Amino acid sequence: MTKIFDTPLYAYQRSDDQDVSPTARHKVIIIGAGPVGLAAAIDLAQLGVPVLVLDDNDRVSFGSRAICFAKRPLEILDRLGCGAPMVEQGVVWDTGRVFVQEDEAYSFNLLLEFGHKNPAFINLQQYTFEEKLVERLRELEAMGAPIELRGKNKVTALADNGDHVRLEVDTPEGSYLLEADWLIACDGANSPTRQMLGHDFKGRVFEDNFLIADVVMQADFPTERWFWFDPPFNRGQSALLHKQPDNVWRIDFQIGQDIDREEELKPANIKRRLHAMLGADAEFELEWTSIYTFQCRRMEKFRYGRTLFAGDAAHQVSPFGARGANSGLQDSDNLAWKLKLVIEGKASEALLDSYSDERVYGAAENILNSTRSTDFITPKSKASRTFRDAVLALARRHEFARPLVNSGRLSVPCTYDGSALNGPDVAQLPADTRPGAPMKDADTGAGWLLDKLGNRFQLLGINIEVPEALELDGITVEGLTLAATDDLKSRYLGDAGAAVYLLRPDQHVAARWLGYGEAAVRDALSQAIGKG
Amino acid sequence: MLNLKPNLDDTDGFYAALLGAHEGLSDAESEALNARLILIFANHIGNEGVLKAALEAAKS
Repeated sequence: MTKIFDTPLYAYQRSDDQDVSPTARHKVIIIGAGPVGLAAAIDLAQLGVPVLVLDDNDRVSFGSRAICFAKRPLEILDRLGCGAPMVEQGVVWDTGRVFVQEDEAYSFNLLLEFGHKNPAFINLQQYTFEEKLVERLRELEAMGAPIELRGKNKVTALADNGDHVRLEVDTPEGSYLLEADWLIACDGANSPTRQMLGHDFKGRVFEDNFLIADVVMQADFPTERWFWFDPPFNRGQSALLHKQPDNVWRIDFQIGQDIDREEELKPANIKRRLHAMLGADAEFELEWTSIYTFQCRRMEKFRYGRTLFAGDAAHQVSPFGARGANSGLQDSDNLAWKLKLVIEGKASEALLDSYSDERVYGAAENILNSTRSTDFITPKSKASRTFRDAVLALARRHEFARPLVNSGRLSVPCTYDGSALNGPDVAQLPADTRPGAPMKDADTGAGWLLDKLGNRFQLLGINIEVPEALELDGITVEGLTLAATDDLKSRYLGDAGAAVYLLRPDQHVAARWLGYGEAAVRDALSQAIGKG
Repeated sequence: MLNLKPNLDDTDGFYAALLGAHEGLSDAESEALNARLILIFANHIGNEGVLKAALEAAKS
């Protein structure tokens, strides 16, 4: 069977831009049709901003790669019109188990509360994820949305000319020039854009090697995340097992430092490791194998002039915690509406600096968590190994040591505490939905709350009437009045009888009050679009 | 009574600070740091029964 990642999904086609003079100018060009570039393109097109995506390839990701998608990104995908097909095809899970040597040390459940449309996590191969994004892009294109994807268009040179970026693009039929008012670089951890523009990418490099073996097999392991420290089949190292759709299983072995890469990647050697783990009689087929090391690092800023960096191009983490693709989707979620307002002249470029500030804050949080997990999984010194092993030994008998076991702190949405865009707060209201936080889903009694939110500024009145529409500085704020249900009460009111929330187009809270006043909303909106 | 239930305000933050305190130390220096820490913790706990129970929990 031909795998999806062997099939050209957006084959090269000659564009009129290759034959025009003067050089064609686009509002927004995105480099890279991975998860983040595609999500950013869909987001902008839905908002009516013309966008062109260039990719040096013509097909989805080779191999499964990113497989865990968390609830917040699924909510973002819902807003982009393609969450449901992902959840439908993905493997839904919420439980993780940690084993130490032969025994289970503890388990955790990520589904902390009910009353959310989306599950805590799904596993889905990156190639399927990208395929569904391309399908959504095609759907928008067919509906006449201003979105275009060009395969085999490799950007080979770049210059920021102050009021636009000039790109030299290589194709199977030679090179051509393009100009963009704004450029979004989503070209991955080795970002050629970042290198061509000469920006740094600083952080820590880790030396342990990990071997991924994605295998196809019939197995009756539960749909849970299993993580082993020092298992009998991989002594002194760690291992991970995770289910993907279509009977594909992600198996990840820590294999140490100073390895012979070529030797380790020989199918016979990989199969020997798998048989040690799964039993001598286990039957499986290797779908994709890879050896990786990792870095935890980021760019100092995610905006440089006319170029915005998103996803792995801007920040990189270890895979433990699923904070890579998941945080990249939060980047595009944060960026799209801001870029739209700047392009339409409704906000100043300062709003794009808030993209950098907010997502650098998110990246720093992810890097901190990811670095800590990595330090636990691969201790670097005798003292850290001694403490790690002490935690594992104690965790088997004593509850207190279990939260210290760190096999990855899984991706949670970022709250932009301290952001310059945040308006007034009321201490009496629940802390989880403070300004900067993403809205928490809730059963409204007439559908899910998040299905009613996003893509525009909104004013949500709970147990208090708000105007249906306000026109402030050329921006429409749409009103939504709801009666409190149990979910709405616990997540948005707490002890208060009523509350008013100003919501950003990315479903984050901008400000909140106990009552409605137009002047207060006007000030908070002004702050939320970077006018301070 | 010895508390063996989770009790740290910021579990990961404490663990990172603990490892951070050991960074760059020789093995002997690390051991000495641990000894000083244990004595400080013990003094803070004070109660003899709790300290004995902690010794038992660590040994078994």
